[in-house]
Amino acid sequence: MQTKNTKTFYLIPYYVWIILFVIAPIGLIAYYSFFDLSGNFTLDNYFNFFTSVYLKLTLSSFWYAFLITFFTLVIAYPTAYLLTKTRHKQLWLLLIIIPSWINLLLKTYAFIGIFGLYGPVNAFLNVFGIGETQILFTDFSFVFVAVYIFIPFMILPIFNSLDKLNPSLVDASRDLGASSWTTFSKVILPLTINGVKAGIQAVFIPSLSLFMITRLIAGNKVITLGTAIEQQFLVTQNWGMGSTIAVFLIIFMVIIMIITGQRDKGATSIGKNK
Amino acid sequence: MEKTSKSAKLYLALVFIVLYTPILYLIFYSFNSGGNMSNFESFTLEHYAAVFSDTRLIMILLNTVIVALLSALIATIIGVFGSIGIVFMRNKSLRRSILSLNNVLIVSPDVVIGASFLILFTAIGVKLGFASVLISHIAFSIPIVVLMVLPKLQDMNSTLIDAAADLGATRRDILTRVIIPFVKPGIFAGFFMALTYSLDDFAVTFFVTGNGFSTLSVEIYSMARTGITLTINALSGIIFIVTLLLVVGYYFVSLRGKNPVGMGVRK
Repeated sequence: MQTKNTKTFYLIPYYVWIILFVIAPIGLIAYYSFFDLSGNFTLDNYFNFFTSVYLKLTLSSFWYAFLITFFTLVIAYPTAYLLTKTRHKQLWLLLIIIPSWINLLLKTYAFIGIFGLYGPVNAFLNVFGIGETQILFTDFSFVFVAVYIFIPFMILPIFNSLDKLNPSLVDASRDLGASSWTTFSKVILPLTINGVKAGIQAVFIPSLSLFMITRLIAGNKVITLGTAIEQQFLVTQNWGMGSTIAVFLIIFMVIIMIITGQRDKGATSIGKNK
Repeated sequence: MEKTSKSAKLYLALVFIVLYTPILYLIFYSFNSGGNMSNFESFTLEHYAAVFSDTRLIMILLNTVIVALLSALIATIIGVFGSIGIVFMRNKSLRRSILSLNNVLIVSPDVVIGASFLILFTAIGVKLGFASVLISHIAFSIPIVVLMVLPKLQDMNSTLIDAAADLGATRRDILTRVIIPFVKPGIFAGFFMALTYSLDDFAVTFFVTGNGFSTLSVEIYSMARTGITLTINALSGIIFIVTLLLVVGYYFVSLRGKNPVGMGVRK
């Protein structure tokens, strides 16, 4: 009896945390989404979300998230594969991870200089006779910086699943006469698909909700769901509409997690999604 | 084979160059006496001096470190006790739902966390500033600590506790002399992760910070919005060194605990 009490006692702060900071915030977001600017109960926010403005915004947000995830995957998969072939792979992996520990803002800020009108990229283009072009504040710079930021998060889960792959399976496939491509598409990829899914999950959801990079790099030209939420909450102070967008963002997140969900436990990445 | 490994090396080298260029670029120009990030005029340390003579910036740096240390410490304490409670939970479905609730804040986008915490603090009347930032950082660090500590606890053989109890240990002894020493590597890893999450956080802090209080990320954001200031470059040089030390520290801690390095990647 006594032990039982102690066990519950351990859990009190933790339970308080769950109620206050996990359940209550979601509840509050849902609750606020039913109120307009003057505090009246209304469904208008939801009707508003289905007007062309917000539907377009959602679509473009998904399109950018798709592009970012796609390029990240295309770059990260070979990198992860080659990393597993190196001799000190854990060390190399650590070197890949270190940039992800540098403050996100600083990395983004660096690109303001690199892509700037007098930055090195423009200087390089000048050598080839291409005049100074505005790279900053374009879709390209936005996608590039986002891919740059997310690459480590895609490499990590893929690396882990490739690392677990039994190399004798690849050898067996080769011995049985499969070409490199067949080996890859029929053996390696299916066996590492969980890592890919975990990586997509770790990149796609944060891509939908980016707002700092859109402001600094895309110069407000790209608006994602995250930017819209930030704007509603902090600029126009329309918490109701902001909450409604947040509700939809949560719904999208759940759908993506179900699609990319995996049955075997332990393979999920626990990388933080920002 | 030789040929593929050569192009493989080239590819990897390219990825590493792209990953590190922006960081080195920032640090390189922090020594530029010209005021921009495109023309390197001559070597100077004036921007570093500017960082250390700017009392406001130093205050913000201190705030950031204090918030990070305090939030990591408190989150670790709550998280460790939470995971001990979870491990000893008999009811499996309750345990599973607690674990899913635990992971909600890890998968949620920051913007949603920030916005919902802003509503929460306004609703319960917490003044935006140091307190709200600290509480938010504790809140989003707890699940990370739990995820780092829980596997260690699950590895622990329960007969250890029975043995200690049979030998006459009190529950306090069992906790401080058996459980805590056993899961120590997980606790350290959790603390480190919480620390770096807090240092790195921008979005959540941005929402709950109010007017008077600022952390480094938020400050860099507002500085960067006005354009290029080489003070930020100097700051990034300092931060890079500190981060490197933290990573190396974490690496050795996780080596000791045989935790895979990659357990916690951050953004």
